[in-house]
Amino acid sequence: MKEHVYETVYLREKDFQEGRVLFETWDPNARYAWDAGIAIGRFLQELKAGRLVGTRCANCGRVMVPPRMFCEHCFVPIDEFVPLEDTGTVITFSLCYVTWDMVRIEEPQIPAVIGIDGASPGMGIMHLLGEVDPKAVKIGMRVAAVWKPPEEREGAITDILYFKPL
Amino acid sequence: MGRNRVAIVGAGMTKFVRRAQETAKELAWKAASKALESCELTLDDIDAVVVDTAPDAFDGIHMNAEYLSDGAGGWGKPVIRGYVGGGTGVFAAIQGWYHVASGLFDTVLVVCEEKMSSCQPHPQGAFLTIFDHTTERPLKPNLLWIFALEMNAYMSRYGLSKKDIALVAVKNKRNAADHPAALLGDPDITVEDILNTEVLAWPVQRGDVSPISDGAVALVMCAEHVARRVTDKPVWVEGVGWSLDTAYWTNRDLSYPTYVEEAARMAYKMAGITEPRKQIHIAEPYDPFDYKELHHLEGLLLFDKGKAPEATALGITQRDGDLPVCPSGGLLGVGNPIAAAGLMKVAEIFWQLRGEAGARQVPGQPKRGVAQAWGDLMQVGTVIVLGI
Repeated sequence: MKEHVYETVYLREKDFQEGRVLFETWDPNARYAWDAGIAIGRFLQELKAGRLVGTRCANCGRVMVPPRMFCEHCFVPIDEFVPLEDTGTVITFSLCYVTWDMVRIEEPQIPAVIGIDGASPGMGIMHLLGEVDPKAVKIGMRVAAVWKPPEEREGAITDILYFKPL
Repeated sequence: MGRNRVAIVGAGMTKFVRRAQETAKELAWKAASKALESCELTLDDIDAVVVDTAPDAFDGIHMNAEYLSDGAGGWGKPVIRGYVGGGTGVFAAIQGWYHVASGLFDTVLVVCEEKMSSCQPHPQGAFLTIFDHTTERPLKPNLLWIFALEMNAYMSRYGLSKKDIALVAVKNKRNAADHPAALLGDPDITVEDILNTEVLAWPVQRGDVSPISDGAVALVMCAEHVARRVTDKPVWVEGVGWSLDTAYWTNRDLSYPTYVEEAARMAYKMAGITEPRKQIHIAEPYDPFDYKELHHLEGLLLFDKGKAPEATALGITQRDGDLPVCPSGGLLGVGNPIAAAGLMKVAEIFWQLRGEAGARQVPGQPKRGVAQAWGDLMQVGTVIVLGI
């Protein structure tokens, strides 16, 4: 099938340094402001108050987090918010040694999916782990939210600084 | 439901490179012209065009597929663009199939193009926008997190080691050494080479990941009466399937791709496949990360859950094994220009079933193969079954 492959011109860093190829650049100026919506709006309000909440579908009974105003399985509206614990279990985690643009970092960030106590099994949220030796992190580890001081909370997911081992 | 029989009769592609001098339009033209040339058709023979490319944000061009449509042969024709993230390449062939199967068109040109290099300083800048804007992005996520979290969930569920998984990268990069369009083929690479690459987001290391790439791939698909006139070796589309899981990815079981199983079941039913392990001879599952090949083989029902690594270690998935997997070299070896990479997999099955894969040809004259891709918010499975 070699005859069905069209050659392409592979550009190397040197080609740019030596000015052998021309190019144009552009910096987009596109800013966004997202409305939190009904379910997540309430979620953020509760975070500001130092609480985690989910929603319960009256039809299938699932307690969901992040909360939604509809059940994507039953396709019915949900209006029941239920308080959840601010503790949970590490479902999975990573030790991340690079920034998004591939610059190395010494102390790893520890993103995790954390199953929240009080929600249905498997219902997790993404957050970070802290106050823990990276080598000691395990799937199944019990963790608790570390909150910002009340006066610094702003109604955002970052009102929880991270989760630490219980 | 009446459907017309659909064949693939031609395929072409560009060489995949880290950064191509060619623009998106030029890459699309190169692949499209090679596909037409391969079956001795011209653009006049084409009734409609499918042009697929992944996020507009990579190129920084809104309506990017429409922008590059001239290069894809779209001028003055019915053109459609599809986009299901990483699942796009296989989905493009599915779109080509239903254009013809519906009876609306006889001959369709399917073109997938990707130029990831335009996005500076790193295409992750565009990728990051897949995270939820309110509940996730304020945590300043890195796209690798989502794969690392999934890979760790998979490894932990089945007690797998990094070595079990690195064997996939070794196999695919070695296979790619025989692919004339490959970016990262290496006949001598070893499992130690992969295990010694830098850790990015544990358990993901550099060697577990496919490279950022530029490239394009094209197919010609047509109705049976056209196919019989054009070639004596048509490759038939026997089944197609696709399925989307929830976008609430932190609520999913990350150790198993249910969306792939659902897509595979749809495609197998259409193809009349009741025992995929006996009836499928060759597979090109989506492998942007080495663990994903294993994940997807299980989702495609070709191995039991958690058993694809053992099959890999036993050599079953080698090119001369009982079920050759990614004989092309896959995304890990040939490269990963997103939409184009998926369509490359369909093209590989086409060439393998025709016995035209050259040094990559699997032994035993395979009669049926499956190609699969994965994407959107890591939640879509797209599957196509081809046969002769």
